[in-house]
Amino acid sequence: MNTAASTATTSPAQIKPAPSSQPAEWRDFFTLTKPRVMTLVIFTAICGLLAAPGTIHPVLGFTAVLAIAMGAGGSAALNHWWEADLDAGMKRTANRPLPSGRMRREDARDFGIFLSATSVAIMGVAIGWLAALMLAAAIVYYAVIYTMWLKPRTPQNIVIGGGSGAFPPLIGWIAVTGEITAMPMLLFAIIFMWTPPHFWALALFMKSDYAKVGIPMLPVVAGEGATRRQILAYTVLLAPVAVAPWLIGGTSWVYGSVAVALSVLFLALAIPVGLRERRDEDNMREEKMLFKFSIYYLFVLFGALVVDRVLAAQGLISAGMFA
Amino acid sequence: MTPEEEAEFKRRQKGRNIVVGGLLLFFAALFYAITVVRMGD
Repeated sequence: MNTAASTATTSPAQIKPAPSSQPAEWRDFFTLTKPRVMTLVIFTAICGLLAAPGTIHPVLGFTAVLAIAMGAGGSAALNHWWEADLDAGMKRTANRPLPSGRMRREDARDFGIFLSATSVAIMGVAIGWLAALMLAAAIVYYAVIYTMWLKPRTPQNIVIGGGSGAFPPLIGWIAVTGEITAMPMLLFAIIFMWTPPHFWALALFMKSDYAKVGIPMLPVVAGEGATRRQILAYTVLLAPVAVAPWLIGGTSWVYGSVAVALSVLFLALAIPVGLRERRDEDNMREEKMLFKFSIYYLFVLFGALVVDRVLAAQGLISAGMFA
Repeated sequence: MTPEEEAEFKRRQKGRNIVVGGLLLFFAALFYAITVVRMGD
């Protein structure tokens, strides 16, 4: 049992009924894969695939994205399995299949292992073993390093754990090129630097939930002031990383101008969050706005990367030196 | 198990069987397509 789970207090109101004798519905297995998180994974993987120099057969491209999605789903199921006790104590997660008693815990574990192993095997056989190795690393990173090791132990869990979400565009790129170069590493770095301000903005207005189950999220352990300063610091660090693909000649001005504009907007929203203090009866409007914007930020930034590549392929703009 | 529970059990089992069957067919078709593409490389 993980540390946070064992230290979490469970009030009688949180005690859930024993798992039903009925088999779980297929919808509950689908829920285990965290479909909403998966949309971002699939999107960034497709962007990595489309932005990479070279071409891939549509069937193989589809298979690569499917394997990445399956790997993300498998590691999410393992996350559900490991954190079932914690989920029971948080309002946001109490109705998940395991804490609500709709599914046996072992079923979630077995489903997660099966999905993870199958995804790596499919990636290896159909696409290549470097991409499969990266996918396996992403699964281990999220399910073991982040979920089991870092999350219950350190308030920096989000910083290091953010690496797990940074793998999809890297794997998508490798699926096309078969090699790791500066550009896919930059795509990895963008999501890595984006994760702390994105997640800590959420943690600021969900603090009470995390505190209740003993997860050492930064706002719980270091306080709101430190979290706000770190949100601002990571947003400042994210800006040059987001613009770097253009600066090193990996993209054209199309991506570059979108990256600059988005970075300015991100900073404009992060500065008030970073500098202000919580007031009485605060509705956390700035934090919620920053969190929402951060999601659009990633979609638009990676979308611009693909548009840049498509325009370059059509000869409408001059391609970056790696395209 | 009461008749209602048994009916619910069968309904859930049938739903899962249909989904698993569909997935098996999908993956059989996908692997066929992958094989054709790979052989053409």
